[in-house]
Amino acid sequence: MFPANFEYHRADSVAGAVSLLAGHDDAKILAGGHSLIPVMKLRLASPAALIDIGGIAELSGVDASSGSLRIGAMTTHAQVASSDAVAEHCPMLASAASDIGDPAVRNFGTIGGNLAHSDPASDPPTVVTAVGGTIHATGPNGARSIVASDFFQDLMTTTLAEDEIITSVSLPARQSGQVMGYAKLKHPASRYAVISAGAVLTVADGACTGASIAVGGITPAPFRASSVEAALQGGGLSEDALSEAASAVADDIGDDVLDDVFASADYRSAMAAVFVKRALLDAAANAG
Amino acid sequence: MSFWSSVRRILIGDESPSEAEQPAPAAAPPPASEPPSHNGKLPVSISINGSEVSDTVEPRLLLVHFIRENASLTGTKIGCDTSQCGLCVVLENGVAVKSCTRLAVQANGAEVTTIEGLGSAGELHPLQEGFWNKHGLQCGYCTPGMIMASKALLDANPDPTPDEIRHGLEGNMCRCTGYTNIVRAVQAAAEEMKKGG
Amino acid sequence: MATATRIFSSGIRRREDPRLITGGSKYTDDLKLPGMLHAAMLRSPHAHANILSINTSGASDAPGVVAVFTGQDTQGVLNGLPCAWLVPDSDLKTPEHPPIATDRVRYVGDAVAVVVADSRYHAEDALQHIDVDYEILPAVVNPEAALQDGAPQLHDDVPNNEAFRWVAEGGDVDAAFDSPEVLVSERIVHQRLVPNAMEPRSALAQWTEATGDVTLWSTTQNPHIARFLTSVVTGVGEHKIRVIAPEVGGGFGSKIPYYADEAITVFCSMRLGVPVKWTETRSENFMATIHGRDHVQDVEMAATGDGTITGLRATVYAGMGGYLSTAAPGVPTILHGLMYCGPYNIPAARAEVYGVFSNTTPTDAYRGAGRPEATFLVERMIEKLAGHLDMDPVEIRRKNLVAKFDDGHDIVLGLTYDSGDYEAPLDKALEAVDYAGLRAEQESARAEGRHMGVGVSTYVEICGLGPSQVAGAVGFQGGLWEGATIKVTPTGKVSVAIGSSPHGQGEETTFAQVVADEIGVDVDDVEVLHGDTDNTPMGWGTYGSRTTAVSGAALTLAVRKVKDKARTIAAHLLEAAEEDIEYGDGRFFVRGSPDSAQSIQDIALMANVAWNMPEGMEPGLEAQAFYDPPNFSYPFGAHVAIVDVDADTGHVSLRRYVAVDDCGIQINPMIVEGQVSGGVVQGAGPVLWEGAVYDDDGQLLTGSMLDYGMPRADVVPDIESLSTETPSGHHPLGVKGVGETGTIASTITIYNAVMDALKPFGVEKIDMPLTPQKVWSAINESRG
Repeated sequence: MFPANFEYHRADSVAGAVSLLAGHDDAKILAGGHSLIPVMKLRLASPAALIDIGGIAELSGVDASSGSLRIGAMTTHAQVASSDAVAEHCPMLASAASDIGDPAVRNFGTIGGNLAHSDPASDPPTVVTAVGGTIHATGPNGARSIVASDFFQDLMTTTLAEDEIITSVSLPARQSGQVMGYAKLKHPASRYAVISAGAVLTVADGACTGASIAVGGITPAPFRASSVEAALQGGGLSEDALSEAASAVADDIGDDVLDDVFASADYRSAMAAVFVKRALLDAAANAG
Repeated sequence: MSFWSSVRRILIGDESPSEAEQPAPAAAPPPASEPPSHNGKLPVSISINGSEVSDTVEPRLLLVHFIRENASLTGTKIGCDTSQCGLCVVLENGVAVKSCTRLAVQANGAEVTTIEGLGSAGELHPLQEGFWNKHGLQCGYCTPGMIMASKALLDANPDPTPDEIRHGLEGNMCRCTGYTNIVRAVQAAAEEMKKGG
Repeated sequence: MATATRIFSSGIRRREDPRLITGGSKYTDDLKLPGMLHAAMLRSPHAHANILSINTSGASDAPGVVAVFTGQDTQGVLNGLPCAWLVPDSDLKTPEHPPIATDRVRYVGDAVAVVVADSRYHAEDALQHIDVDYEILPAVVNPEAALQDGAPQLHDDVPNNEAFRWVAEGGDVDAAFDSPEVLVSERIVHQRLVPNAMEPRSALAQWTEATGDVTLWSTTQNPHIARFLTSVVTGVGEHKIRVIAPEVGGGFGSKIPYYADEAITVFCSMRLGVPVKWTETRSENFMATIHGRDHVQDVEMAATGDGTITGLRATVYAGMGGYLSTAAPGVPTILHGLMYCGPYNIPAARAEVYGVFSNTTPTDAYRGAGRPEATFLVERMIEKLAGHLDMDPVEIRRKNLVAKFDDGHDIVLGLTYDSGDYEAPLDKALEAVDYAGLRAEQESARAEGRHMGVGVSTYVEICGLGPSQVAGAVGFQGGLWEGATIKVTPTGKVSVAIGSSPHGQGEETTFAQVVADEIGVDVDDVEVLHGDTDNTPMGWGTYGSRTTAVSGAALTLAVRKVKDKARTIAAHLLEAAEEDIEYGDGRFFVRGSPDSAQSIQDIALMANVAWNMPEGMEPGLEAQAFYDPPNFSYPFGAHVAIVDVDADTGHVSLRRYVAVDDCGIQINPMIVEGQVSGGVVQGAGPVLWEGAVYDDDGQLLTGSMLDYGMPRADVVPDIESLSTETPSGHHPLGVKGVGETGTIASTITIYNAVMDALKPFGVEKIDMPLTPQKVWSAINESRG
């Protein structure tokens, strides 16, 4: 099994990629290919042209020098997982990236490709939403930045324009007192995250002074659990307190819940609180 | 029609398909060696096990097919369509890749190592020895990918725990062994490589 | 040189492996012939539809395409695919099964056309340019539903989709169920499974016009059957067909049947005059390679108040899929219904089995084939009985196990078990896990709100298929004996050829061990050939845990013939009476004079040069033997599984697994352990992850490895394999077979463990696979 034919172009710069993308109808960006090639093999997508950005050096790497964590779009999950800067500033992402797919997939799958694909059963969108990250894209009209909550729109749908390329994602540097936690339910076959929850807690004197929680896999795009965030505000970190706060996620889910053979809408809805709680416990454990 | 009556009909001949209906060769087909006419083919050159393999290929050609067809190295297998099974794992520039999820054009200029490049029957790699000594294979079909994934695993972690081995090989399926002996094989290889290193 | 130590019973490493670990071996899809073309099948996207028209012109014009064939082309040329297990007294219907559908498709995956092109890519591309006009018909997927009035009808000549109804009964079942002291019942769904051998199926056919010969390389478990059936379907004489099973990447039963694809590939080669290769994708494998299981069972067990079983009966609806695959009817009947007594004294038992057509992929033998489904229902009912009586399930088992026997035990369903010592593995397994300790641990875990479960099973299975006379009596359209030849060369090397066809089980090694031990040659001086109908004797194949049991026996008889001849030659050369010749470690000598000896190598040379042979003896040191077993063999054992259930999510983890199996005498314990480990994990799959799910329209929702969960390295523990050794009394080596024991026992063992964990919730049943959602829902419902 293999893709339908397409034209192949290799870009050597972001500007070049943007221009190639603009110059070809029905063209798609090829990053690591680990989201795109499988769907092309199954003929669920048959773009007329691929613009390979694998050779653009400036798109790879992690930079923490400017006060936030900036991760190039072509940075692989393996590189994210092993980056000291990511471990320092966004341990949740390091941990999530280390458990995407399997080692070979992590070696070639990229964070930019993953975010552009916007699969609800994928880890990075949940993490980026939880930490309030920003996606940076470049198109014919120049560069722009899109906050995560505006980026993921629907199943496999983002606000990235057809002629834009993700160049990097930036995540706020971790503030003192901030701890993070992550939890997910893996699909036994695909290994995707059926349900994922990411939590950022700001802790002072054993109490939660700020919280940012995102949940993925339950709805077509990850959502912020604002009811949980509110419930946590000012509260303690005991298991009971976190559990009770987590249960507030029911108010955040909405009606558009995913449903498949493996996990029904009811199950997903019920599991939201369980996995939010686990992410909170994971974060609280990091508060020491 | 019952089984034996159909057997009799054909083999004993009371009603065998008439000679006229026997399949006959059609008008001469084009020779299979004739390259298909296609626009958009690209030159690709990949060093596989130290030998440069160059060809002009469709961009959609998967790396695994380049290895199996263009380079005629059939040790690398294909087991699924969806990047799950790990039979096609090879090393690209030292890093494990599912070669069914990689275009040959993406690997242009790369150095690829397949099972054939790891060791020969006369000079086995410790992993190959480990799989042999610990009965880490039965039908052998997952074995090339399993061994190459294990190679990457040990390169990154020369002294893995059984649990780390199991997680490191989660992207490689085996239907025969139940994995018990695969874990032992990788452990044995790690021991051997530590001695050697 | 002669060996001083017995190689038999030694866990030597496999000789198969060097070629497999270096990537040098050739599986069917690795083969390339000059001028070879590639075939791709167009498969029906509909589960049930009439074909109104097919337009292939777009495909014919596509790049690289050499030919496109439809059912119109094969009709009258290829015969229908035969069903070869015609279970008697069952009113079996065998509707026509054309290799390429002509007027109607009956499952998603039914072949509709074939494209032959200069590359696999071009062949597959062209499929998209074939236009088929379908009239979609209502579909039915559940076997029980398919049997009901008003269900969509698949075959005009099969009313109510009932392929057969088969009953086996022994003892006074009606009396047993006439007001029993205790009655427990359950509806068990043993879901449809996808075998998923890692190697997809492949066929390469080469027809030579000048000779009229066909060579078919095929991923088959039984090349001789494949040759026979290629002849049946294509009309080419068997003597003109050579089938080669090169390296084969696992089968688990899915490569027993004769498939349309093989016949179509042969047809294409004959039509085009060039070699043609076809290899399925995994997606095709999911829809067009046989599935296993698919039972709905209504089961009842009768017992006395002290836990003594007095009767067992079940009504089973077994899904056959759209057509009858090669051996399909025998699986839920002979291999299933006759095993309802298990290892227990059950005085009355009855199986009533309906084979039912539905708009799904055909089913057939999948590892264990009928016996996992039988073991499951017996062992599940024992647990139910234990629960009902508030007894320990182990105690119930002990109370009902057949006592040790070594010379046959008749059960009421007509079988005679060969030998058994059923408590021995149970004792060993319970000791290995410290059963009492586990129960104590469970109690304290429960007190802390943790849910661990301990599952136990005791089983006996039927394998080593089997006596050919019985095969004939139960409708198997073939024999079940095996042939073996042995040739000793002038230099004392040994070539063995067997009719069976191992594909991962390691008989190249174990059979060399047998030969080495019988005549004292070095194990490395023995070569074991298999898989090619041109240079192996007739044999019926590798399945049903029969290769070592039957083919191994044939080999043993053959090597013993060689040994007898060698003894006669030795007597002649040593100028002694034959009865005075003794044998030890590869040497024949006169009793009392061990220094005056002829080695097997000396004798081999003499036999081959024939300068000085006994009067009237033919030259050569070769023999052939055919072994038709007098009985089946009956391995048995006891397994224990320990699981942990996360009640918040319903997630189940398999913590520990101990298997104690008795497969008779072991030739190579390392290989036995490997078979058990693999079998146990394969049986774990259906409990926790695996299941083919169709929607009501007959679309397979779990049609890829993205959806169909299979055991991976990180979700199973090391499988601890222990054994007891009770020889089979009727076998020349005392072996029984071990290929399927793990799978037969592990599914119910792990299932029992999960139900044991869920006892505090009052949950007694969840349909497999036990996905987090289903377990969580069951817990949740019990909590109200």
